[in-house]
Amino acid sequence: MPEVFVLIPGRTSRQGTSINEGKDSPEYRDEVGTLIMSPEDMARLGIPEGGRVRLSTRQGQIELPCKTARKGELQAGVLFMAYGPWSSRLMGGDTHGTGMPDSKAFDVELEKMS
Amino acid sequence: MSETLKVVENATCTFCGCVCDDMELTVEGGRITKAKNACVLGKAWFLNHHVEDRPVAAIEGRAATLEEAVERAAQILARARYPIVYGLSDTTCEAQRVAVGIADRIGGCVDTTTSVCHGPSGMAFQGVGEVTCSLGEVKNRADLVIFWGSNPAESHPRHFTRYSVMPKGLFVPNGRKDRTVVLVDVRRTKSAAAADVFLQIKPRKDFEALWALRGLIKGVKLDPGIGDSIGIPLAQLEDLGRRMKSCKFGVLFFGMGLSMTRGKHLNAEAALALARDLNRYTRFVAKPMRGHGNVTGADNVVSWQTGYPFGVHFGRGYPRFNPGEFTTVDTLSRGEADAALIVSADPMSNFPQPAREHLQRIPVIVLDPKLSETAKVAAVSFTTATYGINVAGTVYRMDDVPIPLRPAFESPYPSDEKVLRAIDERIRNLQESA
Repeated sequence: MPEVFVLIPGRTSRQGTSINEGKDSPEYRDEVGTLIMSPEDMARLGIPEGGRVRLSTRQGQIELPCKTARKGELQAGVLFMAYGPWSSRLMGGDTHGTGMPDSKAFDVELEKMS
Repeated sequence: MSETLKVVENATCTFCGCVCDDMELTVEGGRITKAKNACVLGKAWFLNHHVEDRPVAAIEGRAATLEEAVERAAQILARARYPIVYGLSDTTCEAQRVAVGIADRIGGCVDTTTSVCHGPSGMAFQGVGEVTCSLGEVKNRADLVIFWGSNPAESHPRHFTRYSVMPKGLFVPNGRKDRTVVLVDVRRTKSAAAADVFLQIKPRKDFEALWALRGLIKGVKLDPGIGDSIGIPLAQLEDLGRRMKSCKFGVLFFGMGLSMTRGKHLNAEAALALARDLNRYTRFVAKPMRGHGNVTGADNVVSWQTGYPFGVHFGRGYPRFNPGEFTTVDTLSRGEADAALIVSADPMSNFPQPAREHLQRIPVIVLDPKLSETAKVAAVSFTTATYGINVAGTVYRMDDVPIPLRPAFESPYPSDEKVLRAIDERIRNLQESA
């Protein structure tokens, strides 16, 4: 059964440096295509380092590998990924009258892939 | 020493909103080989820069001359009924000015990447006002520095050392020792290591926490249950409130943790209102941490020319501002725009899916030094020279201070300004002959 998490896409220095090598560079794609999850959630869901999960919103779906967060980095139930083409696929087009789509701290359904 | 070696002093890095203007660039054979004083992001920006081996322009993916591409771009824009001009945060103020003129001439929208960055903060400035200062004042005066929903260690690496945390200043002669640094974030980011106090707030609780602080500094007694709600115990929030009231000069730097999270402009309004309230007791300012190299310039230029900072429509012959209506994610997601001029931005990579789908349905004109995802789907694309590295001009630092660019070497490609001027001129000719 999918479980609801809060996803925080954000900037990282590796995303910032690798974007200068090009958005097709392996380093950029690796950085923006990896999900960071708290060690507690990884253990509870039995997801190994590099294990793949599916994230879904009403807007779209992506599949990507997981990496364990640094100690204390993330509270249980909160996910992080570097901002990029994959995180954008989960964003809806509604800006609630602001021009800004919900780009941080939105709900996603997470499903472990076998 | 090579004969072709050249050193450019006091060059300006345009990668992020810090716009550090103390770069010492070594140029050898059409490449920058050293970037002294640059941070990790600046080094990547300068040292990876190379002149692309691409045609100066392409129409429907096929190489074209500059003149052919200008003609096609002008035809598309002049005929469109709801054209939009978007991007502009990674180009010079001189180019931005021409782009706003094109939007005016064709009766379209002009919007910048501000709308998906600190656009909500721009709305909040209009609602609350802005108690502001330059980063020089922060350096010389601030003894309490709060970062809220921003991670400068990774997104603005020299902010700490150049402006806000480490430098010794006139009224903070001992630098770091004279300052208290607080970080409020949902994630214990790498910036936490630089903070004296880290408060890990629950996601989507920024407004509540900021509003609670407004109450606390006015002496309102709060229900201790607020702590469970926001993830920060009331005692810690009270401690922060006391520090804010008792500091000599406080600054609240807020990031996209506020502007991109549901609540958006209300989150930013809460931050600005808190800073305003604190001026009853001390000197306190609130400033957004701006991302792209000249996104602050885009706000300034669009404001000079239209009276509004972004999300402006000229369809009635005069500028109208309405975020949510004239902002680019909206005009695309609702399927309203029928042509787009995109300058130095890549919405095909970072916009929501409905907006990207519409971009693929309409003719798009792109100016970009790189073959971006948006350039790949463009009807007309121009390869342009990179601002700051190849192009001179003006950019604005995140505190609205204009900084001149000192380019390292010439590019074989034209500047954004030159291409935009050519398009503007051709549109004018087409309109006059119609």
